[in-house]
Amino acid sequence: MRTVPFLISAAVTAGLVFALNKQWGPIPPMGKFLSPQHGVWQNAEPAGQSFDADLSFADLKGKATVYFDERLVPHVFAENDEDLYFIQGYLHAKFRLFQMDLQTKAAAGQASEIAGKKAINFDKEQRRLGMVFAAENAMKEVEKDPTTKAMFDAYTKGINAYISSLKEAELPLEYKLLNFKPEKWSNLRTALLLKMMAKMLSSGTESDLANTNAQAVFMPDELKLLYPQVHDSLLPIVPKGTSFDKPGIVPVQPLSADSLYFGKKEPVTAFENSKPDINNGSNNWVVAGSKTQSGAPILCNDPHLELSLPSIWYEIQLQTPTSNTYGVSLPGSPFIIIGFNDSIAWGVTNAQRDVKDYYEIKFKDKTRQEYWYNGQWQKTTLKEEIIKVKGGADVRDTVAYTVFGPVMFDESFQGTDSVGKGRNLAVRWVAHDPSNEGITFYKLNRAKNYDDYEAAIKTFECPGQNFVFASKAGDIAIWQQGKFPARWNRQGLYVMPGEDTSYQWQGFIPQAENPHSKNPTRGYLQSGNQRPVDSTYPYFIPGSYITPRGITIDNRLAAMKGITPTDMMALQNDYFNTLAEDARSIMLGYVKENELNSSEKKYLDIFRNWNLLATPDSKGQTVYQCWWDSLEVEVWKDELSKVKPEAPWPQRQTLLELLKKDTAATFIDNVNTPQRETLYDVVTAALKKASVSLAKHEADGKLEWTKFKNPTVYHLLKDALPAFARKGLNVGGNGDIVNAITHSHGPSWRMIVQLSAQTEAYGVYPGGQSGNPGSKFYDDYINNWVEGKYHKLWFMREGDRTDKNIKWTMKFKNEKM
Amino acid sequence: MKFLVAIILTALLAFISGLFLPWWGVAITSLLVAVIIHQKAGKAFLSGLLGVLLLWAGLAWWIDIKNNSVLSTKIASVLPLGGSAIMLILVTGLIGGLVAGFAAMSGSFLRASNKS
Repeated sequence: MRTVPFLISAAVTAGLVFALNKQWGPIPPMGKFLSPQHGVWQNAEPAGQSFDADLSFADLKGKATVYFDERLVPHVFAENDEDLYFIQGYLHAKFRLFQMDLQTKAAAGQASEIAGKKAINFDKEQRRLGMVFAAENAMKEVEKDPTTKAMFDAYTKGINAYISSLKEAELPLEYKLLNFKPEKWSNLRTALLLKMMAKMLSSGTESDLANTNAQAVFMPDELKLLYPQVHDSLLPIVPKGTSFDKPGIVPVQPLSADSLYFGKKEPVTAFENSKPDINNGSNNWVVAGSKTQSGAPILCNDPHLELSLPSIWYEIQLQTPTSNTYGVSLPGSPFIIIGFNDSIAWGVTNAQRDVKDYYEIKFKDKTRQEYWYNGQWQKTTLKEEIIKVKGGADVRDTVAYTVFGPVMFDESFQGTDSVGKGRNLAVRWVAHDPSNEGITFYKLNRAKNYDDYEAAIKTFECPGQNFVFASKAGDIAIWQQGKFPARWNRQGLYVMPGEDTSYQWQGFIPQAENPHSKNPTRGYLQSGNQRPVDSTYPYFIPGSYITPRGITIDNRLAAMKGITPTDMMALQNDYFNTLAEDARSIMLGYVKENELNSSEKKYLDIFRNWNLLATPDSKGQTVYQCWWDSLEVEVWKDELSKVKPEAPWPQRQTLLELLKKDTAATFIDNVNTPQRETLYDVVTAALKKASVSLAKHEADGKLEWTKFKNPTVYHLLKDALPAFARKGLNVGGNGDIVNAITHSHGPSWRMIVQLSAQTEAYGVYPGGQSGNPGSKFYDDYINNWVEGKYHKLWFMREGDRTDKNIKWTMKFKNEKM
Repeated sequence: MKFLVAIILTALLAFISGLFLPWWGVAITSLLVAVIIHQKAGKAFLSGLLGVLLLWAGLAWWIDIKNNSVLSTKIASVLPLGGSAIMLILVTGLIGGLVAGFAAMSGSFLRASNKS
């Protein structure tokens, strides 16, 4: 009898299959994962992979062809708009599905489904911020506009056509690694992706919670010193001296403001888990024909975002008989976001404006069903949230919605779970308002002149952007466009009372009064996330402005003439440190050299002999950065640490301007010591402390700037997949330098377009067209990006259908054809 | 001879199953081969193991060459294999082989019990 051995060995086999078909913590199901016919080997794309295909779908109206060039950039030729966006959706899904799926899931507060319980607080915060609420409101506007609706529908169908055709073996490898499946696309998910951008760019531009804590400690004049609204050195987007119209709306400060708002000294415990990176910014500029060698305008744009693999951008050309546009798109959204067509070019930078405020809510009781508003109890709308958690039980959360918006923080959640403590704070955010941002890009893609551009952008609400523009007709322009609340002075810097209408926004700045400039005599316009206007603008416009890049760019452009695209490439890759140039006199003028030891003296000499360029091999930049950061700590930390839990850290520019104006400023003194420190003392102490850290870095061979900051482009799953990242990239720069590369953040796309008769365009992004880490197209642009090189963008035309640049052809048609 | 035929047939049927069935189809086909070509348990185990090990490692190796090891080196860093493509190929073969080996051994015992 062999029954017993059979049963034993059959049980072992079954046990093995079970164990190898199941995910164990971070370990993928190894049998499924490594099977060469099913698993990750299937994602190892042959180097000679062909992308030729013949495809037919019921949802296509006619025929279309996609021509891929050698960089795998698709040039889509369709007969009509619907087919065009169907194919854009199909291509986004084919090359970037995991990214789109992950980003929209994260936007909707469903990250725990993929990442497990460590993402629960993130998900709660996304939901409490009302991300889905915002996307649903946006969808209401989209539904009202037949054009946008049709394009969204076609795009969604294209994505789903690809998802439906996917076999298990063809799943992007991240799904295999994390053992889950892609979810079908919907128009709502497109709206969610755009709201993710809204959060990235317009949610982290206020510091109301931290400001409220600072207000509880500091006097009004101290607050103005620490957090000034307008920097002296500002070179605004709208050229200085431009006169502004009389304001169309003059908001009035409530009578109770002194006691209930400015006089309120009560800190908040709530904090945001996932506050967007302060460096989310960008550069763009445009020069008129009067300043260029060719006589045609040149437009440049480099948006600074968290760098990732796959990149946030996907390069594409979209052509129909009535439109032809080239640029970068966001996988998850139809249209080209930054690009050019036969007549115009456009680009965007972030407006950095504060469009999000908090209101304190008084609930009747713990059920949060009613809140006190205008002298009576009003009903809230309670939204039940169920967060699915990978490998764990569902988590439930209830969010109360008020007239202001969702109550983001309450007794049960203050950024982390809380039991019966903390103030109830509702959030009022422009991104919640119904709006249709998609139509702006649909129109911009087709704009032929300045009027079309103006008409396209004027309905764009959130996130506020600086739309730069140039046309073949020779016009140049910039508009800071968005829906911006009209605030009375200092309204919304701190948590506001939410018991009646008196502190609500009284209206919005009329669109025509948004900061803008067209064809200035100086022949150029620029934006680098600075305050858009000088102090003569008749509105109070707080925000997280970044001053230095605008200064560098403005100075450079003012001095240039006979500009060529090559000059513009050099400027996008410029390493000049404007802030350090200004700071140098203070640092060198106040350091007490006789008190330094030999090591400190060495670093001082490196700094003294530095050429002010943050090149990759620069040691001076490293010394400067450590020394200046250390000086900030010396000056600010003693006062700011009185603020609990945390005060906003003042900007670099703020300290610089304070010290230039007042070398005996009271903040210089360390309040924790009996003696009174002078600027000499703190500058010297800062160098001494920095030297300790610099010596450690030097011992590790990390004194050179690029070694010090280790520029890295991470995979979207970051620390979970370090092997999918590109580390140690040999680039310099920093957040406040034109070439704004920090450790993992920086120019996510560099574009230069010369609007000559024959458009001449260049671009590069730190990634590759394929999201598949098993493809040679995953990161093949990175080396060029590192070296500051560009790809010449092939603006394909009808007559080029047999051009030798075409490597592969993908044919699409209706099933019945 | 029987041993060699069993290995080849195991590999062949495993490949075909991979076209239609999930990855664990190799357990079924390996068991079937062991029932059809009866060998003692130890030999059956070995031919099952070698059949699928050679198939999986061979396929992985072929894929890896065409891919210039772009992916295997990354995966071999995600899994603790020191970034070695060869190690990943071997582990791949071994995992498939083990399952097939035990399945084949079960097949051998199954055939034997039917006889007695």
